[in-house]
Amino acid sequence: MITIKNLHASIAGKEILKGINLEIKAGEVHAIMGPNGSGKSTLAAVLVGRSEYEVTEGSITYNGIDLLKLSPEDRAREGVFLAFQYPIEIPGVSNVNFLKTAINEIRTFKGLEPMAAKEFLTMLKEKQKLVELDGKLANRSVNEGFSGGEKKRNEIFQMAMLNPKLAILDETDSGLDIDALRIVANGVNKLKSKDNATIVITHYQRLLDYIIPDFVHIIYNGKIVKSGSKELALELEEKGYDFIKAEVEA
Amino acid sequence: METVIKTSTIKDKLIFEFETSKLFLFGNTQLRDKAMESFYKQGIPHRKHEEYKYTHIDLMLKGEFDFSTNKNCSDGQIKHLKFLKDAYVVIIENGVFVEGVSNLQKLPKGLTICSLVDAEKSNSPVFEKHYAQYTDVNADPFIALNTAMTKDGVFIHVSKNTIIEKPIHIIHVSTAFQNTIIHPRNLIVVDENAQAKIIESFEILDSTAKVFNNALTEIVIDELAIVDHYKIQDEKELGYLVNTTQVIQKKQSIFSTHTFTLSGSLVRNNLTLVLDGEHIESHLNGLYLTTENQVVDNHTVVDHRKPNCNSNELYKGIIDGKSIATFNGKIFVRKNAQKTNAFQSNKNILLSESGTINTKPQLEIYADDVKCSHGTSTGKLDEDKIFYLRARGLSLISAKKLLMHAFASEVVETIKIEALREYIEENISKIFK
Repeated sequence: MITIKNLHASIAGKEILKGINLEIKAGEVHAIMGPNGSGKSTLAAVLVGRSEYEVTEGSITYNGIDLLKLSPEDRAREGVFLAFQYPIEIPGVSNVNFLKTAINEIRTFKGLEPMAAKEFLTMLKEKQKLVELDGKLANRSVNEGFSGGEKKRNEIFQMAMLNPKLAILDETDSGLDIDALRIVANGVNKLKSKDNATIVITHYQRLLDYIIPDFVHIIYNGKIVKSGSKELALELEEKGYDFIKAEVEA
Repeated sequence: METVIKTSTIKDKLIFEFETSKLFLFGNTQLRDKAMESFYKQGIPHRKHEEYKYTHIDLMLKGEFDFSTNKNCSDGQIKHLKFLKDAYVVIIENGVFVEGVSNLQKLPKGLTICSLVDAEKSNSPVFEKHYAQYTDVNADPFIALNTAMTKDGVFIHVSKNTIIEKPIHIIHVSTAFQNTIIHPRNLIVVDENAQAKIIESFEILDSTAKVFNNALTEIVIDELAIVDHYKIQDEKELGYLVNTTQVIQKKQSIFSTHTFTLSGSLVRNNLTLVLDGEHIESHLNGLYLTTENQVVDNHTVVDHRKPNCNSNELYKGIIDGKSIATFNGKIFVRKNAQKTNAFQSNKNILLSESGTINTKPQLEIYADDVKCSHGTSTGKLDEDKIFYLRARGLSLISAKKLLMHAFASEVVETIKIEALREYIEENISKIFK
């Protein structure tokens, strides 16, 4: 589905990613772990096209297309989705109106007719249940006055509505209590299929108890320094990030 | 130097026109003479005039202007302006009340609507008591000019304890084939414990020349009365509008006013609320969407004269192109107006590099036990919000549009008449296209 080759990226002249290589196939779940400042969130930002980051070298091929050439909206329309670490509050824009606009612009892009109101409402209700999101929140302004947990659930709710091919969860577990974590993980698991793939970016192993990864990658100082199965995450949790640092610097 | 010559030319022309036509104008010649004298002293404001320093009206009155007005609108032409299906509609064409195309059949008991000319002719005591009692001709040259030269307008009287459910829609429509100056004037009197909803819209139809519209409305709100007032200013490129609104509120009355400036080469609003009684509530909302070379200037005054009153003001603007927007909000709290709550906020979004926003809150507080605050902000559309929306598949343009709607919605949501809110939303969508 996506092939990242020798990806280098910098912000304000400072290089953050220093040669990332990663291959993800449909149906897979990849976890990306690493200490703070290692480049995890930068990778997510580059994948969705944040313009502050400059790609200086390397390539990203997504379903046969050069992802780096696409605008952020075209990436979203092609099925790339980022669950933001810090979802943005947008007062005055209702969740429902925002999602309707998003879905219909994606449909127009694909040459489809706008979705019928009834069909949209049915889907809205169904997906709300999936993440146990209060119906009242759907009618409120996007993320405005939401608690941290509600914001994260709203991200997964949007993901459910947009049904992406490649979902990137950027520290979705941060700031979630265990109940909210279960709800969010449960939502993600229900959305999983053999046709889509998920990248789970996290600092802690706990989320991976609920979203079981096929592969775990450890990113350190802008590079993937170690890859393995889900056991790698447990090892990391046990030994701490210092063991990676020691291993890399040795 | 050139400017000065041109300005004096238009001033001389106005004075000449006044002298030759005053015998044909309704009402008190003495009042008109005094007003003209005041205008003569004040002149057309220019850039050195403190209250008009961002809005160079003298430059906009360059060229030839005519004073003759004609009535020629047909029902069909103005049909689309009557966007409220269930309303009493008053048509003021080129400054003159036109009964034929108005919709004023079956007025309920307690509601009087007629032309100013007729109100004066019929010796209406209400008209005589209130006409030209609240605006000060020496305070502003356009008040002076309007008082001297007005030909007509509408007189509305809602008598004691009367509740008028349907909105009253005053449509100022102008048509000009040569540059024209008009001075329509309205007087609205809402008696004790009465209620009314009043909408004033400003439109230009089928014109090939500029209309300089110096419109003035006085609103008298007696005790316990509730008035909901709206202005929709949409005169397009040929429109040059100076719109004075003078409101006097008596004790325990509630007044809400909403000013929507959608288009017009020049719009200058002089809105003054005098809170002359205790326990008064006043709301002032405004939204201006400016582009190209538009000049939009909102001057508001809230004058707290008595204790225990609340005023709340919110003006928002989106500025694009080379347009210049000005907000100047004065709040006076007089010495004995203790326990006043007065709040004011002006927020702007600047979309272009070449647009200008001047914002100036002015608080003059002479009482010591009051709560007053003001705040202004000017910024661009938030890049993080735009990115968030694009990351969900919205194009850059629709992301911006959605955010502009969101910004405007705080003011649009204050509209209590649903059909009017829909009309405004529709028009905003057209501007954001």
